[in-house]
Formats: sequence, C-alpha cells, structure tokens
Amino acid sequence: MLTYITRRALYSIPVLIISTFLIFSFVSLAGDPTANIRQNPQFSVITYRNLQHRYHLDRSIPVRYGYWVQDVVTHKLGTSLVTSQPIWPDIKRTVGHTAQFIILAEVLAMILGITVGIFSAIRQYSVFDYTFTSLSFLGYAMPTFWLALLLQILFVNIYLKWNVRIFYTSGLNNPGHGTWSWDRLQHIGLPVITLTVISFALYSRYMRASMLDVINTDYVRTARAKGLPETKVIMRHVFRNALIPIATIAALNFGSLIGGAIITESIFGLDGMGYYFIQKLGQLDIYAVMAWLLVTSVVIILFNLLADILYGYLDPRIRYD
Amino acid sequence: MTEPTTPDTPLHLQKHLIDQASTLGDGFDPALSGLVDPTVDAGLELQARSQWSYARSRFLRHRLAMIGLVVLVIIFGAGIFANLIAPYSFEEIDLTNVLQAPTTTAHHFFGTDEIGRDYLSRVIYGIRTSLEVGVFVGFASTLIGVFVGSISGYYGGWIDNILMRITDLVLTLPALAILLTAAALLGQGSQWRVSIILALFYWTTLARIVRGVFLSLREKEYVEAAKAAGSGDLRIMFRHILPNTLGPIVVSASLTVGAAIILEAVLSFLGFGIKPPIPSLGSLIASGQQFPQKWWITVFPGLVLLSIVMAINFVGDGLRDALDPQQRRVRA
Repeated sequence: MLTYITRRALYSIPVLIISTFLIFSFVSLAGDPTANIRQNPQFSVITYRNLQHRYHLDRSIPVRYGYWVQDVVTHKLGTSLVTSQPIWPDIKRTVGHTAQFIILAEVLAMILGITVGIFSAIRQYSVFDYTFTSLSFLGYAMPTFWLALLLQILFVNIYLKWNVRIFYTSGLNNPGHGTWSWDRLQHIGLPVITLTVISFALYSRYMRASMLDVINTDYVRTARAKGLPETKVIMRHVFRNALIPIATIAALNFGSLIGGAIITESIFGLDGMGYYFIQKLGQLDIYAVMAWLLVTSVVIILFNLLADILYGYLDPRIRYD
Repeated sequence: MTEPTTPDTPLHLQKHLIDQASTLGDGFDPALSGLVDPTVDAGLELQARSQWSYARSRFLRHRLAMIGLVVLVIIFGAGIFANLIAPYSFEEIDLTNVLQAPTTTAHHFFGTDEIGRDYLSRVIYGIRTSLEVGVFVGFASTLIGVFVGSISGYYGGWIDNILMRITDLVLTLPALAILLTAAALLGQGSQWRVSIILALFYWTTLARIVRGVFLSLREKEYVEAAKAAGSGDLRIMFRHILPNTLGPIVVSASLTVGAAIILEAVLSFLGFGIKPPIPSLGSLIASGQQFPQKWWITVFPGLVLLSIVMAINFVGDGLRDALDPQQRRVRA
C-alpha cells in the first residue's frame, strides 16, 4: 500500500511539470502582460526594455518557465506582474474563505444526499422515491450560475419588499465581524445552498444506485434469513457497503466544486479563490493565474490520490501492487 | 437456400442465435450463416430485424426520451427559424419601452430589456447561438475524437500512449478554469473561436470511448477474417470496426452538444464567452444581475437553458438505453 502511494505520488510529479509547462507556454504565448505598458505614451522604449529584461520577458519560453519555477519554489508562488504584490498571501486568504463554504456545502450535501438515497432505495418506486428522483434530474441539469442568480434575486427582493435580511446577497462580511460569526453565515448562506443543491443531486442518485446494488446481494439475503431486524440489516450490512463508491465520488467531485466556486463567488462577490481567479484572468495577470492553476491542480491530484487510497482502505478486496 | 443445414438446433436456441447475431452488427445474416434453418424461421414468422430497428423501437418506447425530443424540436426549431418566428430583430432598440414586464401588447411576451429590445426575440436568437455552438462542438469534437480514438485503439503504441497521457492531463486540471483561461486569451468574444476552444477541449472523452471499443473489437474473429481476405487497415477500421462503435459515439455526441451549450453559457455569463450584441443564453442571464427587480430578464433565458439541458439528458438517456448501456450523463 505504501509503495503504491509513493509510486502514485511520484508519478504525479511529471504530470504536474508537463501540465504546468504546457499551460505556461500557452498563457505566455497568447497573453502579453506588457500590452498595457506599450500603449502608454509615458513609458519610453528604454523603460519598456528594462522592464522586459527584469521580468525575463525577452527570454525564450523554456527559460521563462525555469525562472517561474524558481520563483514559485523560492518565493512562495512568486510576484504578480500587474500589481507587483506577492501572490502567496492572496492565495492563502482566498483559499481559506473558499474552503469554509465549500466544506460546509459538501458536508450538507453528503448528509442530505446519503439520507435521501437510503430512503429512496429502501422504498423504491414510492412517492418519496419518485419525488426525489425527479428533483435530482432537475438538480443535475440545473445550470449552477442560473440557480445562484435566482437565489440572489429572490433574497434581494425579499429584503426590498419586507425589509427582512435573511441572507446577504453579496460580500463576505459586514465590517467588524469575524470568520466564525452569524454574520458570515448569513453571507455564505446562498452560495452554500447553491452548491449543496448541485452536489445533493449527485450524491442522492449515486447513493440510491449503490444501495440497490448491495440490497440484492446474497449476504444481505443471508442476514435477513438468519432473522436480523430490518434496521440492522440496512444499517450494518447494506449502508456501510453502499458508502464505498460514495467516498470515491466525493473525492473526485472536487474538480467540479472548484468550478462551482468560480461561478458562485463571482455572482455573490465573495473574496474566495474563484473570484480571485476571475479577477486575475480579467487583468491577464499571468503569474497569478499560473499560481492559481498550480495550487488547484496539486489539490485535485491529491484528491484523486485520496480517492484511490480510500477505495483500497474501505474495500479490502482491492489490492494495489 | 432450401436445404436445412442444422436441422437439429432447437427452436428456442435458434431464436437466441438470431438475437445474438443481430448484435454482431452489419452484414451478418443469420439465415445465410447456416446457423439457422430458414424454413423454420419462416414458420415462426420471425422477421430478421436489424440492430438499428431494435434500437429504434427501444428508443421510441422510452417515454422521457420522446418528451425530451419533442421539447428539443420545439426549442431548436424556434432557434433555426429565428428570423421567421421572432417578432422583432434582436437589436431593435426602443427607448420609449425600456424594461417592460412581460405583456401581450406589441407582442413583448418576455418583456423588454434595458434599452427596449424585445426580450423574446433576444432569447430566440440566443437559442440559435447556443444551437450553433452546440452542434459545431458536437460535430467537431466527435470527428476529432473518432479519428484519434480509432487510430490509437487500432494501432496502439506511441499514439495510444500520447492520447492516454493527454486525457490524464485533462483529468488532473480544473476544467472550467482552463476553459476560462483559453477563452480569455484566445476567444476574443467570437462565437467561432469559443466553439473551437470547446471542441478542442471536449474530444478527449470520446476518443477514450472509441479507443476502448476498438481495443476489444480488433481482436474479434471477423476482423481477422477481413485481414485474411486481404482488407487494408483503413478498410478494416472504417468499414468493419467503426460501424460497431456508432452506438457509444451517437450517445456521447448528443451529450457533448448539451455540455457545450452549458459551458458556452457559463463562459458568456462570466464575460469570457460570446460578446454582445450577439445574444447568447449565458450573457442574457448575466444581464439579469444588474436588474434584480426585473425577474423576467433572468428567468426566461434560464428556463430555456434548463429545458434544453434536461431534454438533451433525457434524449441521451434514451439513446444510451437503446444503443449503449455504459455511459454517463451531462453535468452542469
């Protein structure tokens, strides 16, 4: 197991290097960070050349990539080309904010999705099952940004009409409130609901299918035959085995969560990593975008690895060698 | 064809053989193969049905898929004939009639936007944009995917290795962020550029599917027979193997159309997709954010988008049940 993990981790290093190199070449070829400077009449050609030289923009792409890697390793992801500010503090702050509401949404979606999945499977083809099956079809097809916008509009109108503030529709905090406050919860409420609805559809569908797979196995019939009460059969024999695929799906769902964060944060104006990415992309701040992609790719690779390890741990029949 | 070659085969087994044979694909006639007695066949009034006719009847019986198909025909029909159906042009400005709520007067069924353009017409032209993007991406990525997938599945070797590494890379990157980066740097708000970016991003899934089918089929006896008969590689690939991969290809292409429509909408919504004045469902929805009290700006294009995606999911489900049982659905 340990050798497997080490091998997988080592294998992801070349993947990471190649993918960052490809993205770096693409971004550097397509986006010119000096475009604004060259349009500005106050910059002389000499200043421009000096700037180019200082940021190694006059070198070839592989050399620039080398400088970038050096910067990333020694200067904590380097410095922004547009604002000349270090990138790391921004990434650290925004990732913290995003993690807070993404984790909340994931936990909610898993609890709700797994519960609904269990009951849909136990009472297959009941009214309950049909209701939630249709709802999850809806949630599957629901464009995240439309749902977020509808929620925002709904709560803006509730506030304007009745002057009731249930959720704030923009921003992360009112002045003078901290990370763990009721105020923060009111601010991240709507993004959490949006992401919960989207992931809930996924988890309830998979949980239902997975439960139905297990319910029809021989050992469940044996458990019933030896006289175990139904709750015990479901909780001890079916539920625990049905959870195995869900763990993998949860770990692999991370990539789409990042997409969800980009969308919800730009709609609700949250100072999270998705919002940061959109801003930096709009300014064509190459190094900030690169740093962001690097961090998220590393996290996605880690979650993929985690999915593999979890699977082997939960299902001892699976052996890696 | 009068002499029965295998008179001893029991009837139920013959029926089974026919079913089996019909899944083997084109050009395989059970009656000709000598496995089945044609006279017994006639006595039972068994019609030799092609695989496609089975698939068609399975699809037509899939209720949700048929509903989805009808919805798609209506919505896409409106998009295709936008210039005939839309009551106004999508850029006709009327400053005396700004942000009007939906009403039947002057046919503003979906209201008007902030500079008085008829919103129904804008949504209909937005459907046309989405449809163009979806069909282009579906078509282009299918072409690339089938080409790369069949070559890599048939020949294996370094081509296969490169393809697998590329798909690995795509899996380890945050998809939406990469698309946004590409669209921001190369898209320039043009519909065709955005479509090409989406197509270049989307072919890998299909290539992997086609590769898988090719890998298993190239070991089949009929491929060996074709080789023995002297067929060239190209003939074997495109005449003998490819028709058997059509099921997964059709399913995946239909789901790709849905995914492309959603992704184009997301890109346009975030401001990196198709730029105004050309209406796109994504940018129409985005314009609703400035007018939270004018619900129709957000609700109508979103409802249309949701209906398109749900309908495509249902049709994709139906196609999968009819053609290919191992596939996944579009996710927003």
